[in-house]
Amino acid sequence: MQTLSVEQSVEMIPDGASLMIGGFMAVGTPERVIDEIVRQGKRELTVIANDTAMPGKGIGKLVGAKLLRKALVSHIGLNPETQRQMMAGDLEVELVPQGTLVERIRAGGYGLGGILTPTGIGTTVEDGKQRIDVDGTSYLLELPLRADFALVQAFLADYLGNLSYALTARNFNPVMAMAGKTVIASADNIVPIGVISPDHVVTPAPLVDYLVANA
Amino acid sequence: MEPQTIIARRIARELRSGMLVNLGIGIPTLVASHLPEGINVFFQSENGLIGTGSIPDEGMAHPTLTDAAGRAVTALPGACTFDSAMSFGLIRGGHVDITVLGGLQVDQTGQLANWTIPKKMVPGMGGAMDLVSGAKRVIVAMQHTAKGAPKIMKKCSLPLTSSRRIDLVVTELAVIAFPEGRATLVETGPGISAGQVTAATEAELVVPSNVPEMAL
Repeated sequence: MQTLSVEQSVEMIPDGASLMIGGFMAVGTPERVIDEIVRQGKRELTVIANDTAMPGKGIGKLVGAKLLRKALVSHIGLNPETQRQMMAGDLEVELVPQGTLVERIRAGGYGLGGILTPTGIGTTVEDGKQRIDVDGTSYLLELPLRADFALVQAFLADYLGNLSYALTARNFNPVMAMAGKTVIASADNIVPIGVISPDHVVTPAPLVDYLVANA
Repeated sequence: MEPQTIIARRIARELRSGMLVNLGIGIPTLVASHLPEGINVFFQSENGLIGTGSIPDEGMAHPTLTDAAGRAVTALPGACTFDSAMSFGLIRGGHVDITVLGGLQVDQTGQLANWTIPKKMVPGMGGAMDLVSGAKRVIVAMQHTAKGAPKIMKKCSLPLTSSRRIDLVVTELAVIAFPEGRATLVETGPGISAGQVTAATEAELVVPSNVPEMAL
């Protein structure tokens, strides 16, 4: 694990990179990293996340700055700008049921070849997918997702990179920390080793490649 | 009584102490405010919370304590938080006793369309497809008609949310269940006759000889 400034952490991200970004309606999103992506003007990004938040918050800032080529998300309903860019053909949006999205990310991070879910059977989500019957119940085969980078936000990080999360800011963060080839974490508080009790570590330090220093 | 209040109060009577309940956005959210005396349930927010409480007082919002719409909420004593994989494991795995969702259309077999109006409203399905596919019991809360047009139809014209049938739809005019995949009038709204319900319904509705009025 290496500690970096927010500027250095974003300099590692090339144009065209795929990013998993934690957060649910911008709660639990690494806001400082997002701001720096906008400042450095990274382009043609693919974002895998729960949602595109709202204009001016979290991933909404990346949408507003037109930095995305594709968004793979479960919900864009509270961001009219995402919908406008999608309708205009400027932004490709793939909508995925939320439970399927998190399981596809988990499959990517946990070394699975996919997951079988009943969600989406008999709906437009089934189009082009393989249906597999197990013990008389039909499931869709949903394929794993990985990304070049996972950008996660923790409540506590220690100097080794162990992470714990706060309340509903946990959401997709721990699962994405398993599925990003490079994991960049930022934290509300950086604390000495040992402050986070082993039972309270949610993301183990070896998963975290870079910890963004606090300002 | 406002239509929304009738619907929320009637659905609240379906809840039993100890149940794990997920409420959607809109009319379903109102159900929490109409729980009968002495009924205590666990409310889940799919962003990772069981024990969701009311809206905090002015100035008391916590930035990382929110519901699935991103609004500040409180957590009740005994609340717990978890990641999105567990949240949807609870939903898809049949651990949620009741989900209450809004509806755009329900067909006469109990199939629901509630996530998109193609080319007009494309918000994404969020957790709706998982909730309908996985919750033990699915209750739809919606007004009976939209600008006079029936929402309980022979066949949904909008894309379905799931092939799984819902259990109950509650409107200001009626409670309708789907035994053996047939829409059946179970109760009528306050001061509403069975004839008024069928007149406002496109679906073929089974109407038993004695249909009680909703107790609220």
